Amino acid sequence: MTNLACTRGGRELFSALNLSVTAGGAVLITGPNGAGKSSLLRIVAGLLRPAAGTLELTGTVALADSRHALDHDQPLRAALAFWTQDGRGERPEHALVAMGIAHLAQVPVRMLSSGQRQRANLARAVAAGADIWLLDEPSNALDTDGVIRLEQAIAAHRARGGIVLIASHLPLALGDPQHIGLGG
Amino acid sequence: MMRTLIRRDLRLALQSGAVLPMIFFLLVATLYPFAVGPDRVLLARTGGGVLWIAALLAALLPVDRLIAPDLESGMLDQLSLRALSPEMIVIAKGLAHWLSFGPLLMLAALPAAGLLGLEGAVLWRLELGLLIGTPALAALGILVASLTAGLRRSGALSGLLMLPLAVPLLIFSAGALNDGSSALKLLAAAALVICALTPFAAGAALRAVND
Repeated sequence: MTNLACTRGGRELFSALNLSVTAGGAVLITGPNGAGKSSLLRIVAGLLRPAAGTLELTGTVALADSRHALDHDQPLRAALAFWTQDGRGERPEHALVAMGIAHLAQVPVRMLSSGQRQRANLARAVAAGADIWLLDEPSNALDTDGVIRLEQAIAAHRARGGIVLIASHLPLALGDPQHIGLGG
Repeated sequence: MMRTLIRRDLRLALQSGAVLPMIFFLLVATLYPFAVGPDRVLLARTGGGVLWIAALLAALLPVDRLIAPDLESGMLDQLSLRALSPEMIVIAKGLAHWLSFGPLLMLAALPAAGLLGLEGAVLWRLELGLLIGTPALAALGILVASLTAGLRRSGALSGLLMLPLAVPLLIFSAGALNDGSSALKLLAAAALVICALTPFAAGAALRAVND
């Protein structure tokens, strides 16, 4: 991305943002609440138009933000399978195991705790089999084991040549991430 | 992805009470004779029109759950990430919506016509009109649901938006009950215009919600 800028509700959140990430790279986006971390991720995902600047992406994108996009009434496995039925992505079992919620596969999504939902949310992003992961506050509501599994999943993804962009204000072991500080 | 989405929406519709519009439709057909009295001639003459108004109102019932819950749960964003354009989402959802209430309404029209004492020929034209008109009602439902998706407590607004848009359908379908093919052709034309424009109008509405 070059010279990226974002304006929300007439207020400029950030401008002249430059970044280039190669395969296997990780970016940690930090900044106070309302600095534009989520907006930046939504711009990268193509859900929001930047006010200025250009963005070049190679590969597919998976986004995990605060909304898990899983059907409440469905068992967890079936809800995840909705997102993997188009042939892209992997079978949901791997992602369920990776996030440590394989034993919840038959439990309806609405019965899950918020931590379990966040794991399911991440499992959905993992199962998408995308090249670029956009994770918005991924460690929210996760316990220690969940955070470790998240870090392992990210490491495995990067080892395969994947890219992660993470917006977070909680510390995550990421190896050697690039940093973007917004609103500082 | 389209087929998966249609199947999922259809399943959700059946689970969250697809029979409700049908029951509502039958209730109106049951209540109408109580309101105007058991005059067979009057019932037979006005019954078809009443059933069309009932169909219109029945189509309004599920509008709240068509788009707004998916917008809130992030479903629409995730679908966009799967390279499904808003227009395609609207088409898939519209198709699933019609499948969940159109055929049921046509089925319910049989006992309803019996309750109001409609003649066989009128019932036949009513069913034909429903076949042509309900896809347009489904399209209007999706359109209004898309327009009001970002708003809070939009239930009443949906009705205010959708009912005026359905006036052409109502005029031509009621006309088709009495004479024959010319009104049906106009109904088909109106339905075609509505169905053709909806993906673009509703797609634009969904795009605007994101900005």
